[in-house]
Amino acid sequence: MSRVRVLVGTRKGAFVLTSDGSRREWTVEGPHFGGWEVYHLKGSAADPDRIFASQSTGWFGQVVQRSDDGGQTWQPVGKDFAYKGEAGDHKWHDGSDRPWKFTRVWHFEPALDDPDHVYAGVEDAALFHSSDGGQSWQELPALRNHPSGPGWQPGAGGMCLHTIVLDPVNSGRMYVAISAAGVFRSDDSAASWSPANKGLRSEFIPDPDAEVGHCVHRVAMHPERPDVLFMQKHWDVMRSDNAGQSWQEVSGNLPSDFGFAIEVHAHEPSTIYVVPIKSDSEHYPPEGRLRVYRSRTGGHEWEPLTTGLPQANCYVNVLRDAMSKDSLDPCGLYFGTTGGQVCGSPDAGDTWAPIVRDLPAVLSVEAQTLP
Amino acid sequence: MTAVEARTTVRVVLPAHLRVLAQSGKEVQVRVEGQPTQGAVLDALESLYPVLRGTIRDVTSQRRRPFVRFFACEQDLSNEPPDTPLPPAVGAGEEPFFVVGAIAGG
Repeated sequence: MSRVRVLVGTRKGAFVLTSDGSRREWTVEGPHFGGWEVYHLKGSAADPDRIFASQSTGWFGQVVQRSDDGGQTWQPVGKDFAYKGEAGDHKWHDGSDRPWKFTRVWHFEPALDDPDHVYAGVEDAALFHSSDGGQSWQELPALRNHPSGPGWQPGAGGMCLHTIVLDPVNSGRMYVAISAAGVFRSDDSAASWSPANKGLRSEFIPDPDAEVGHCVHRVAMHPERPDVLFMQKHWDVMRSDNAGQSWQEVSGNLPSDFGFAIEVHAHEPSTIYVVPIKSDSEHYPPEGRLRVYRSRTGGHEWEPLTTGLPQANCYVNVLRDAMSKDSLDPCGLYFGTTGGQVCGSPDAGDTWAPIVRDLPAVLSVEAQTLP
Repeated sequence: MTAVEARTTVRVVLPAHLRVLAQSGKEVQVRVEGQPTQGAVLDALESLYPVLRGTIRDVTSQRRRPFVRFFACEQDLSNEPPDTPLPPAVGAGEEPFFVVGAIAGG
């Protein structure tokens, strides 16, 4: 019988949640790296027992941990993220120039076919790669050296590269998203990059239709339809049908189109999920009701999913990396909140139940489907 | 003085998070050549526990991380140049060199 493992990164450590295929009874293990912020954990698709974890604090900096046994034991691996060449400057909040400075790893994206290969998205925004299981890291500098790079500015959470999407069909194609620069696409394995933000409109920048400067929060893709991308932007839920060459808004009847997380159903490429948040100044659900919204039409038409979720006095947030799915049938959905709950649905979002209620604030959730 | 005699053992007290990372006790001992300085002690510490590289000082600039402090003999040595000799009591093993995670937050 298949099993599910859910990797949870929090403000004060990492947790590993496991269940059998019924996804009704869960075992909670942790905290690993107690007291440290764990921005993200992700397992390799090529070897699910190999997991990378980003562990950091403001005091002692970045540590990268790797597990080769599904999260039971961990070993520190390489943590030297040195920008290649002259780092140069980017823009600061006040418009001044500020040197590029590594702060932390926001996101790991293991390669699809080799457990030794993994990408890391970091703050200040840059893309790194390891070909030795995380022991050493090399910057892929073409992204940061894009002509628009010196003009990139941080969002409120820092100037972070938080999303890495690998195209499983078109060899060498990948996408990254940066707050607040936007989406960039490479067709040559990160040797060169092009902005992929046409159609985005952001009222908080001087030119709302600018090629670069949008605060993209998250991009999701279904592997069987890699040219279709879904995006939760700062405001607006967006969709691209041409591999990011252009985007159109699909917010439709959402109660708010602000949010962070977006996910695609494992078996239905047009079924997508978001968690509406009231606004950029009020990071909690509208009306204090925690609702996942599902669209079975790839956007525009959305239905609230509320069964099992708090529908009163709920003022938590769901961050960009804090929603994930398994690939069982029916598809399981998971999300974590800044209030420390991890909620799961074994039936594609129809019903929800808390797996665990009182963790530290959840930063990331990644589900793995195991044999 | 022979080379062996020129080596000094320094006691270093680590903060809790770094003890876990180094899989060490609260206090570790490092050996430094000649007159112990803050820089020499940290070099020896990172050599003994490579996992601590970057957690106390920036890997590239070697500057102290902002929320880390260095104390010894009831003195704050955080802003001393790294080649400043440590107090004699530290070199004699009578007092430890403290690496401290600064109080921050509310």
